[in-house]
Amino acid sequence: MNKTISNVLIGAVAALVLLSMSVFVVDQRQAAIVFQLGEMVGVKTDPGLYFKVPLMQNVRFFDSRILTLDTGEPERFITAEKKNVMVDSFVKWRIVDVKQYYVSVGGDEVRARTRLMQTVNSSMREEFGKRTIHEVVSGEREKIMTVLREKTDADARKIGVQVLDVRLKRVDFPLEISESVYRRMDAERKRVANELRASGAAEGEKIKADADRQREVILAEAYRTAQKTKGEGDAKASALYAAAFGHNPEFYSFYRSLEAYKQSFKNKSDVMVLDPSSSFFKYLKNSGKGGK
Amino acid sequence: MGMNDPQWGNKGNGGPPDLEALLRKLNEKIAAIMGSKGGMDKGGSGQPGGGTPMKGVGGSLGLIAAIAALIWLGSGFYIVDASQRGVVLRFGKKVEITEPGPRWHLPFPVETVEIVNLSQVRTVEVGYRDNVKNKMLKESLMLTDDENIIDIQFAVQYFLSDPADYLFNNRMPDENVRQAAETAIREVVGKNKMDYVLYEGREQVAAAATKLMQEILDRYKSGILISKLTMQNAQPPEQVQAAFDDAVKAGQDRERQKNEGQAYANDVVPRAKGTAARLIQESEGYKQSVIANAEGDASRFKQILVEYEKAPGVTRERMYLDMMQQVMGNISKVMVDQKNGNSLLYLPLDKLIESTRPASAATEMPAAPAPATSQSSDNTAAQRARDSLLSRNREARQ
Repeated sequence: MNKTISNVLIGAVAALVLLSMSVFVVDQRQAAIVFQLGEMVGVKTDPGLYFKVPLMQNVRFFDSRILTLDTGEPERFITAEKKNVMVDSFVKWRIVDVKQYYVSVGGDEVRARTRLMQTVNSSMREEFGKRTIHEVVSGEREKIMTVLREKTDADARKIGVQVLDVRLKRVDFPLEISESVYRRMDAERKRVANELRASGAAEGEKIKADADRQREVILAEAYRTAQKTKGEGDAKASALYAAAFGHNPEFYSFYRSLEAYKQSFKNKSDVMVLDPSSSFFKYLKNSGKGGK
Repeated sequence: MGMNDPQWGNKGNGGPPDLEALLRKLNEKIAAIMGSKGGMDKGGSGQPGGGTPMKGVGGSLGLIAAIAALIWLGSGFYIVDASQRGVVLRFGKKVEITEPGPRWHLPFPVETVEIVNLSQVRTVEVGYRDNVKNKMLKESLMLTDDENIIDIQFAVQYFLSDPADYLFNNRMPDENVRQAAETAIREVVGKNKMDYVLYEGREQVAAAATKLMQEILDRYKSGILISKLTMQNAQPPEQVQAAFDDAVKAGQDRERQKNEGQAYANDVVPRAKGTAARLIQESEGYKQSVIANAEGDASRFKQILVEYEKAPGVTRERMYLDMMQQVMGNISKVMVDQKNGNSLLYLPLDKLIESTRPASAATEMPAAPAPATSQSSDNTAAQRARDSLLSRNREARQ
């Protein structure tokens, strides 16, 4: 009775084990090769459940996603003008032909990477050697990447790999050149700073000079107006005087002279030496003949 | 079989395990209760029916199988959060993307589910880590079009737009973002001049880099959408920072000098305008005063003239004497009678002048041959009336 139960159990377990040995799952992210006693008998690229002969067949799985090959440390390349640049890049690749991949690199990712790296490096050396730094950094960067991708892809197909993209990350100067770049940048900024300061001084001076000019003009114009006005006043006054004094010039002369004398002698420091015989003193010595 | 599915158990099972564990516990409890019941049943009803033990064992076996099946089926429950999507794989093949809510899939090993957080915003920092001061110079220094070196730090925010693409197309999908960011920013910066990148073109550079990054990520079908590229810092490298700062200062100096010039102008020109206005006003005043004086003088003269013409001789004499009185009253006088005197006369004129200066008192001058009189009168004498002339003369005679 208990035996039957254990028999059933053992049978069930055995069946499960057998089942597990005869099926395999290919994930969405994978591709698989089925080997029969070491010989390649099938390639499964679509995900799903597959059967195999237990013990006789075994399966190897490969990543079918896009993989990255990052060179890590930048490498030194020489441009057309014999200058050094440090470049690092990354490659996006994917196993597209599992069979080819297995045959050529034994399904070993490290070997595939090494192979790709070599191809990319030699292509880069070639492309950089044809171009100047300026072209590499700015002008033809995209073109270089396109060429690199095409070249690497063509080569990678031989190992069952598709290269989706080769992209340059850093394209920099080596350290010793960087220093001279810094010095140049420094000098350039100093030039800009001096230029700014000098032009500032010039502009300031210009504004000041303009202000001075304006001042002179304003003052001169005001002087002109003022003199004109004064002249008008003088003219009017002269006309008035002439009109008034013209009635009796002789009397004006007398009248005006008296005014002038009064104005001229009015301080004690003015000393007059007098002769008593002058007409002013005619009564001083002699009372005259009053009433005569 | 588990080994065929490397993702199982270590990814995307944030929600379901709890539920599974819960169900399992529940099942275990039920099993425990049922088991004890079965035991009691066995104990209680074992004796009456002889054929029952076999049946009981079979029944409990079936029960265990049923419970196991229940647990197995229950393990297919999972919950997808509002921000998540579930990707269901049947034997490794994608069959469905499930929306948020409680879900069920055929239990392992037939179907598995991977939960992906869609709306969570992820961030990649380029050129620094955690803090902008913690620079990664290898990432942040780059060449511009004019072969200058600049230092850029930025952060990229992104989220997942397609869970299936994100899961299945790239081995390290998040690393893609960093790589795309580095290559894109360098390409954009390499195409632009330093001043543009550092100052006026920052936004445009960020926008161009974002666009390029998205293109690259789309090419890899990474299922990632860049939401924002934030420029944390775009500056010249530390080695030349001082010179750049000085150039900025120079720009300000320039503005300052211009402002100073303007300040000077603003001071000088209005002042000149003020002076000009003063000159003009003064001249106007002069004109009016001169005219008024002239009018006054003319009027006075005319009036005197009228009277003069009535009696010219007397008026003339009177005016003359008037004047003489005023003049004589003010000044120092020396009278010399030359007819009686000798030919030599000593007059210390300079002393005479000097003596009048400090003191206003009258000074008598003894002149040798002739009586000389010097008299100074008060300043007020000028204002005295004409009538006082005679009496004063009399005084002088005494």
